[in-house]
Amino acid sequence: MRAYASVWRLRFQLGMQYRTAAFAGIATQLFFGFVFIMVYMAFYANGAKSATIDLPDLITYTWLQQIFLTLIMLWYRDNEIFGLIMSGNIAYELCRPCGIYGFWYAKLLGQRLAGATLRYLPLLPIVLVLPKPYRLGFPPSAASFALFLLALILGLFIVVGVSMLIYISVFWTLSPVGSTLMIAVAGEFFAGMVIPVPLMPGWLQNAVNFLPFRWTADFPFRVYSGHIPVREAAAGVAVQLGWVAILVAFGAWLLSRALRRTVIQGG
Amino acid sequence: MSGFRLYFSYLSMLFRSQMQYRASFLLLTAGQFFIPFAVFASLYFLFERFGQLQGWSFYEVALIFAVIHLAFSIAECFARGFDMFSSLVVSGDFDRLLVRPRSTIVQVLGSQFEFTRFGRLLQGAIVLAVALINLPIAWNAAKIATLVLMIACGVCIFAGIFVLFATMCFWTVQGLEVANVFTDGGREMAQYPLDIYKRWVTVFFTFVIPFGCVNYLPMLFLLDRADGPAAAYMAMPLAGVLFLVPCVLVWRLGVRHYRSTGS
Repeated sequence: MRAYASVWRLRFQLGMQYRTAAFAGIATQLFFGFVFIMVYMAFYANGAKSATIDLPDLITYTWLQQIFLTLIMLWYRDNEIFGLIMSGNIAYELCRPCGIYGFWYAKLLGQRLAGATLRYLPLLPIVLVLPKPYRLGFPPSAASFALFLLALILGLFIVVGVSMLIYISVFWTLSPVGSTLMIAVAGEFFAGMVIPVPLMPGWLQNAVNFLPFRWTADFPFRVYSGHIPVREAAAGVAVQLGWVAILVAFGAWLLSRALRRTVIQGG
Repeated sequence: MSGFRLYFSYLSMLFRSQMQYRASFLLLTAGQFFIPFAVFASLYFLFERFGQLQGWSFYEVALIFAVIHLAFSIAECFARGFDMFSSLVVSGDFDRLLVRPRSTIVQVLGSQFEFTRFGRLLQGAIVLAVALINLPIAWNAAKIATLVLMIACGVCIFAGIFVLFATMCFWTVQGLEVANVFTDGGREMAQYPLDIYKRWVTVFFTFVIPFGCVNYLPMLFLLDRADGPAAAYMAMPLAGVLFLVPCVLVWRLGVRHYRSTGS
């Protein structure tokens, strides 16, 4: 466990080096947040009756998406791992005295947390003091907020679990770009990153409920605003735990199978 | 003329090299198709739920969406070299371009070409076709010319932004991700009619970066909603060309200021 913790810490510190990139990200996210909110406001101006989520809740949803983008986006790629698999340097990883699954998992977790810290620390104070309709609201109760934090962390574990499956798939496909792009596009759509889940048509919402992606972004953000009440949120956290268990177990099994048939080609 | 020949031999070279990884190429092209497809699907779902957007119908917004996405994907195909320019500066490879007796612009344009972006292009073309079939526009030569001009000048704006931020690499050496606000952000914003936004957004994207001139304003003419001389609305997209000219001039200035990283 200590080994994983230090991998995590190293990655965290490496991520903190890229401060200019983080600044650019902040500007981008603020701009996107404003554009999305203005579009929703225009739609709500004469159609608010047909909405299943209030405008303030939707604005909160939009900001949380932008603020925590680094935690939840699927197209984030660690080219180092791809490189290891494709070049055969995976051999070195196999010599390490700890399991590869846990090692990579900790590494990805650290990267995402570092990236996210550089985003939400500066962004939160900005969006909390924006003029009225644009401001990020507060959660209705302490219980909602606590559940939101828990759900966000569990969502992160799900995202990393899914991305581990993407990395492991490279053992078979040997070319990461195409397949990861397809999974990322589908996953982000089903997570409510393109259109918020409550605004999707009913049949699509039913489908989304059976996939893991919604639990990474849509669920924690609606817990924050109270759109998902506390009791229902607690049940949702149990579902999240189930997904984490399934994804980790499946990933670890798949990786052990992949490694058993890996042949390192000298050189 | 030889600039064109050089450019096309660059293209055929890049095409053959990208086709070496055929499965990955096809999957990437498909992925490029589905990225804007997901955005368009959510546009459809929003209209299905809310009916209309401040007086705009689904197919009208689809036309606006198609124009800006087509312009973006064409610009990304051609001007990708400028988008990726920071890598040429960081590695010092730009020195090699300078010693060749050809224009730097042609060489940078030819350094990259993303054939996978045809997926995105195809998606835009399908949306355009769907919108045009369903909109009751009385087509005439003037309107067709305006539509072509809108897309072409939209390409100029995106290309201008790519060139402008590539030029900044001469001073900063590293790439500036803020460019994404104007390329990706501009695309996201301009896929809806500009009048739904707050005034500061409208003003900025009409007079500073003229997305509104290639999209929203001439669209009013196409849909017969414009009040005022038609010729003014038709000529509006040319603002995109006006935007590109200073970008290219700044590029020339930048090339003269270039100091190699030496690596």
